[in-house]
Amino acid sequence: MFELDFILGHMNYWLFTVLMMIGLYNVVAKGNLIKKVVGLNLFQAAVFMFYISIGKVTGGTAPIFPTDMKIDPDVVYSNPLPHVLILTAIVVGIATTSLALALIVRIREEFDTIEEDEILEIETEMVRKENQACGDVMGGAT
Amino acid sequence: MSEQAHVARTLADHLPILVVLVPFLAAPMIVLLGSRILAWIIAFSASLTTVFIAILLLLQVHEGGVISYHIGGWAPPMGIEYRIDAANAIVLLLIAAIGTIVLPYAVRSIRHEIDQKHHTLFYTAYMLCFTGLLGMVATGDAFNVFVFLEISSLSTYVLVAMGAKADKRALSAAYNYLIMGTIGATFFVIGIGFLYAGTGTLNMADIASYISANGADRTIKTAFAFIMVGMGLKVAIFPLHQWLPNAYTYAPSAVTSFLAATATKAAIYVLLRFMFSVFQPDFLFEMNAIKGIMLPLALVAMFVASLIAVFQTDFKRMLAYSSIAQIGYILVGIALLSTTGLSGAIVHLFNHGITKAALFMAVGILVLRSGSSFYARIAGMGKIMPFTSFAIVLAGLSLIGVPGTAGFISKWILVQAAIEQGWWPIALAIVASSLLAVIYVWKVVEVLYMKQPAEGLTRKEAPLSMLVPMWIMTLATIWFGFDTDLALTAARSAADGLLNGFTMAGGH
Amino acid sequence: MDTNTAILLTMIIPAAAAAGNLLLRNHANLRDWMTLSAAVATFSCVLVILSNVGSSTTTAYELFEVFPGLSIAFNVEPLGLMFAIIASGLWILTHIYGVGYMRGNKEEHHARFFASFSLAISAVMGLAFSSNMFTLFLFYEIITLSTYPLVTHKGTPEALRGGRTYLGILMGTSIALLLVGIVWTYTATGTLDFTQGGILQGHISGWMVPVMLGLYAFGIGKAALMPFHRWLPAAMVAPTPVSALLHAVAVVKAGVFTMLKVGIYIFGIDFLAETGASEWLMWLAAYSIIAASIVAMTKDNLKARLAYSTISQLSYITLGMALATSMGALGGGVHIAMHAMGKITLFMCAGVIYVVTHKTNVSQMNGLGRKMPIVYISFLVAALSIIGLPPLGGSVSKHLLLVGAADTGQQIMYWVLMLSSVLNIVYLLTIVGRGFFATSDDLQAGEAIKVPLLLWVPPALTAAGCVVLFFYGHGLEQFLMPIVGAAH
Repeated sequence: MFELDFILGHMNYWLFTVLMMIGLYNVVAKGNLIKKVVGLNLFQAAVFMFYISIGKVTGGTAPIFPTDMKIDPDVVYSNPLPHVLILTAIVVGIATTSLALALIVRIREEFDTIEEDEILEIETEMVRKENQACGDVMGGAT
Repeated sequence: MSEQAHVARTLADHLPILVVLVPFLAAPMIVLLGSRILAWIIAFSASLTTVFIAILLLLQVHEGGVISYHIGGWAPPMGIEYRIDAANAIVLLLIAAIGTIVLPYAVRSIRHEIDQKHHTLFYTAYMLCFTGLLGMVATGDAFNVFVFLEISSLSTYVLVAMGAKADKRALSAAYNYLIMGTIGATFFVIGIGFLYAGTGTLNMADIASYISANGADRTIKTAFAFIMVGMGLKVAIFPLHQWLPNAYTYAPSAVTSFLAATATKAAIYVLLRFMFSVFQPDFLFEMNAIKGIMLPLALVAMFVASLIAVFQTDFKRMLAYSSIAQIGYILVGIALLSTTGLSGAIVHLFNHGITKAALFMAVGILVLRSGSSFYARIAGMGKIMPFTSFAIVLAGLSLIGVPGTAGFISKWILVQAAIEQGWWPIALAIVASSLLAVIYVWKVVEVLYMKQPAEGLTRKEAPLSMLVPMWIMTLATIWFGFDTDLALTAARSAADGLLNGFTMAGGH
Repeated sequence: MDTNTAILLTMIIPAAAAAGNLLLRNHANLRDWMTLSAAVATFSCVLVILSNVGSSTTTAYELFEVFPGLSIAFNVEPLGLMFAIIASGLWILTHIYGVGYMRGNKEEHHARFFASFSLAISAVMGLAFSSNMFTLFLFYEIITLSTYPLVTHKGTPEALRGGRTYLGILMGTSIALLLVGIVWTYTATGTLDFTQGGILQGHISGWMVPVMLGLYAFGIGKAALMPFHRWLPAAMVAPTPVSALLHAVAVVKAGVFTMLKVGIYIFGIDFLAETGASEWLMWLAAYSIIAASIVAMTKDNLKARLAYSTISQLSYITLGMALATSMGALGGGVHIAMHAMGKITLFMCAGVIYVVTHKTNVSQMNGLGRKMPIVYISFLVAALSIIGLPPLGGSVSKHLLLVGAADTGQQIMYWVLMLSSVLNIVYLLTIVGRGFFATSDDLQAGEAIKVPLLLWVPPALTAAGCVVLFFYGHGLEQFLMPIVGAAH
């Protein structure tokens, strides 16, 4: 099954998978909020690559008709639809990134850090204080 | 109902797109005008218009018809199709109605919880979120679902983050939600990509007919897995629910009321659409996934999330966990794979939506008057805010599923569905988890009525602009406990339509 | 006035009284008079329904349909009508007594108290006239919820605990067991209408029948069948008028009433007899009768003792149903009325003693009978009725139950009932005995204790009612005859 042809023939999938995993790993493993966003970007970029690559038709050229609209039936065109979809997805991705960065700026203002573990520490402390002030009013287990 | 070549001639023919377009156009108008008062007026009239459109649409498809709308006149599968049937018409109405009722409530609530300079932006984000949710539900195009999903998600992150004035943890909650939500949406889009690679089309009905004609190969199975996980994140299926408690707890109350009642519900609808319409119900791989993965997880959610809810000391957070548990009920109904089970799930989706909206609105009122929703802070409110507290009791009863409330109806249908199938343990699990609901609801009732109020807080009944929307939702939970005609008929024809796939409902 | 309107009014009037109580919270006298007139009006409506019996049709009055084939619907049948008469009639007396008690005892939150009380009565009326199990279940739950504020009325930690037990058991059993039983019945038969001869026959068989009966018998927590009886003693933290009307008459009788309805109209007496499915229930009821009586003897707190006595007496009615003979079911039905009249008297007397002397324990009540003879005589009459001595009401139902037990050839059940009567004598008559004959240090001889009029008249009337019921016992039996399908 894993012959060279198979491996090379699915090159785009391998690359996409590897890139995607790198991205996902960064999102999960990094404690820095910005690095997480970078990971997220890689993750999304991998998906964009995947879409674009499946639109490619072997031997196909760019899907642009000649200006005189004399279409040669022998010319093979690549599938433009995935590309168009990805234009939308890229816009979404940019929006996500900018929103994430904006949130990070606000988090930095409020928490004075962009490290996840430090934020978590601050939040745990807040919860502890809340529990002291407004703990269980029911007097133990119900 | 037979489907003819769609030529839109009158305004009425454009309803399926208008339901999305009206709030979508309202959003930039609000920014451009930049006035707080106008912002509210525009938002409210836009959402009120969508309610009317949703009602008109529901009336057309109530008995099982299908409206297929072709955007720009391009016929599917090439053009984008909007497809309204009983299943999504009821969800559209739910979203539109709740989005509208929350708005008058939001005025006072956000004055308290959000900086004044952000008010117009709040309404913009709200309208965009509203658009996204409606679009997700109305569209019949798989990639279009993703686009609307992201429109609603992005605006949701903004809305959640607006809770930062009251508690800075709203920011980190929004950030975490963003990360999780984006991963979910990207998984979803990978799934769509595989589907497209496997079938060569993006139109949901077209994909369905391809799969039923050619069967599912490995690409399509992979697509199914990605879509399930991606949407599962949005639905907050049990282990994928981590984003929900914080996002719901720290978001402004108006936002939580709106989201709890609509966002997860729209995601569940999309899940249903893909599970039953796009992939065929007799697709063996899917069966195994539902029975072997979804059902156990749903049961775990019903118990674990309810148990966590029992031990909360914050009303709002308790309700968030209760939402996760209630989503479990809906998934159990789906996993029963029968018309009764599915209609139980759809009815519960609707009933739980209105119940939770009422409860979260009540939380917002308590927060307005006592600063937070911790049990210690809201103790003794029964005497000071009798109207709010009594609404909590009534909506809480619906959460438990006491007869005479909406929650009872859906629980009844779910238990009935389980018994019909002979799945006794499931029937018992549903009622047993209701007992946990008795405990967590009653804990709040005791706090409100049996405890002495804390000292030194502003205590008076809430303003009418908040009380009235809350009571509309509360009375709705009672009303739909008796009048099940609307919800049940729609749910049944929806369930029939879903179980029979697109082939019965329309086809080509 | 036609029957349907009257049925609606029996629910609307008390519900309106509940709302009125909340609106008029600052006008004590007006409020109490209004509730009293509501009670009288409700009772009159029930009497109108009674006088219409025979002339009106027996079809169910459908209010609206909830599910296809399931509606909120009402009809009049003898058992429900009898229950409605008892509950609404005793409401008048209890209200008078309640006003005296609440004022005499300086309790707080009168408006909330009487509002919840009226709401509970409204739900009891709905339950009594339900024509299907679905409607009945709705009102069953409303009763639980509307009585919860009454149980926790005092707001003390003890009341809170009592309230949790109360709500936990009643709501827990009804959701976890009764609801499953009802949905199962509906799934199996496609209907929930109360039908002469039952609806389950031919739809379920074998092991399913006893299991289904178990879901109902335990699910109806209000019938206080052991082991789900703990809520009743817990509910005794409530003010005494609540214990008197609700936890001796309305709520607990709603439980056994539901039990009888299920036995007669859902299963059908013949079906139960054929399958023998209720045999285990019979033994359990017998156990409840004896065990609760024995516990009652050990209780020094008067209200707790009466509560256990109620548990024991409720199981008489469950036993009557489980015997699966027409005599047994009939006896159970008649016992609802007889026990209600007796037990409400006992509770009211207990309340009088508490308000006047602030004594709660039997051991403190030495010699009290000589100070308040009328109260103690009322207590004695009611106790004798509960024990089942002629010429008092209780003897009629006990006789029927004994005949029913003998019919089935269940010798043991016969002796269980006899033994229980003996135990009744022990735990009830000792109270009277202490009251009249024992001496106490802290009571001075001579002067009788002055008991307010509002407090002693109602129990005296209900005690008289126990005597009257003896003479109408046969009439009541004839009246209930149609429920077991016997025309003679």
